[in-house]
Amino acid sequence: MSRALRFAFFLLVVRPVILIILGLNVRRRHLLPQNGPAIIAANHNSHLDAITLMTLFGMSQLHQVSPVAAVDYFHRNRLMKWFSNEIIGIIPLNRRIGTQRDDPLEPVSKALAAGKILILFPEGTRGEPEELQEFRTGIAHLAKRHPDVPIIPVFMYGLGKSLPRGEGILVPFFCDVFIGQDFRWNGSREAFMQILSSRMSSLADECRKPDWETEDSSA
Amino acid sequence: MRLFDLSHLASEVQWTMTGVAIALVIASITWRLLKMRHPERDYRELHLRVRTWWVIVGLFGLAIALNRTASFVFLAFVSFLAFKEYLSLIPTRRADHRVLFLAYLAIPLQYLWVYQGWYGMFIIFIPVYMFLLLPARMVVIGETSGFLRAVGTLHWGLMTTVFSLSHAAMLFMIRPTEASRYVPIWPSETGRLNPGPGLLVLLILLTQGNDVAQYIWGKTLGRRKVVPRVSPGKTLGGLLGGVLTTTLTACLLGPHLTFMDWKRSLMAGLIIGLGGFAGDVSISALKRDLGVKDSGTILPGHGGILDRVDSLTYTAPLFFHFVHYCYC
Repeated sequence: MSRALRFAFFLLVVRPVILIILGLNVRRRHLLPQNGPAIIAANHNSHLDAITLMTLFGMSQLHQVSPVAAVDYFHRNRLMKWFSNEIIGIIPLNRRIGTQRDDPLEPVSKALAAGKILILFPEGTRGEPEELQEFRTGIAHLAKRHPDVPIIPVFMYGLGKSLPRGEGILVPFFCDVFIGQDFRWNGSREAFMQILSSRMSSLADECRKPDWETEDSSA
Repeated sequence: MRLFDLSHLASEVQWTMTGVAIALVIASITWRLLKMRHPERDYRELHLRVRTWWVIVGLFGLAIALNRTASFVFLAFVSFLAFKEYLSLIPTRRADHRVLFLAYLAIPLQYLWVYQGWYGMFIIFIPVYMFLLLPARMVVIGETSGFLRAVGTLHWGLMTTVFSLSHAAMLFMIRPTEASRYVPIWPSETGRLNPGPGLLVLLILLTQGNDVAQYIWGKTLGRRKVVPRVSPGKTLGGLLGGVLTTTLTACLLGPHLTFMDWKRSLMAGLIIGLGGFAGDVSISALKRDLGVKDSGTILPGHGGILDRVDSLTYTAPLFFHFVHYCYC
């Protein structure tokens, strides 16, 4: 039942909003993985990020793609929990360390073993709109455990303008998506994070970004 | 064809659209022939261009074939895409998030006034009410840094992409009155009952034809540049040749498609020829200032929506108000 609901939600709500109301301009779409397991590592500026990335894959691959999401936010009440699990199909990640004995990355590892394509946001949280934050190292731990799983860097610009953190209404803007060449675990956590960083930076450099003034910036 | 009841569409409009379709078929055949003759050359750009033209003409034809409402929805959607493209190009402020949302609401409202034929509201809604409302909303938010640029760019964008283009839709609601300064000469009985589509088709045909004519004349005759710092491709020969061609074409097509006589049609052609040039270079100036080559990527082979409707942002209001002055 929820699978049919998810299908309907993405076909009738998400796709028209992302493709018509917003509008995507995608570069190098052919670099997206056809099959799992794979990890999409993207920058994070808006609640629209995950569903936009899922839209890139098309309806036939919908069941294969899942965003990894923090349970402290997405399971914070019953409705959110049901929506995140059944309609979006998230892989839960428990960010709270110390209080539990289980491995927080276990559900993520299981999903990769099952051949899923996962969406991860190394920044960890939505930052200031259209600004890149420092990357958390969880993705490196994951890559070390699954050294054969390709990681595809993706840079997106525009969703943070359409639905920034703290705003509830959507303002239509075109969104640019830059997809990079995949890479894998290379033996060292530092070197891995270095590569991830430099890939994202070079993708970000490709993007034309008109001035986006936030409250903190001066005229 | 029982799917569409085309009886509301005057035969001269149907024939003109057929003519456009034939021109497109010729373009497609030309591309194919060129590709066969010169397999080593890259004709991808040309192919995409012609294919996008097919989509544009197809959608436009479908809209006017269905009914008036479909045409309004189509044109409102074009305004929406143009405004969105504009906002995505220019610098905007995070603080203006809710103001921009309000600005977008002007689009369905503006086209609602068109649908209702409420000329009074149509003509002042954006220049007066939105012009006053949006800065007031900005002031309430209180971010004064960059205020002038924000109000200026927002209003210009709304006027260009929504107010100007909506004049094309308002053509559907023009009906010569008793106070008409000139005698309308009806092209057909259906043309008398429903003159709008004929006017719109004439406007679009002349505007796009003017672009093509100026380009071809420019390549043939052009030497002296008209606006070298804005658009190095525009020459005096291209401009004059194009305007002349458009004026003559208008003279021939105008009385055939609309209730205008040849003299009024000639004037309309002149207006569209000059206006189309002005619209084209105004968007070129915008792009040059922003440092972009194309306004967007939504139209394969053409660039963005603004690249395609730039001439129309000038010709639509000028043509509308000319016809309105003469006949209403």
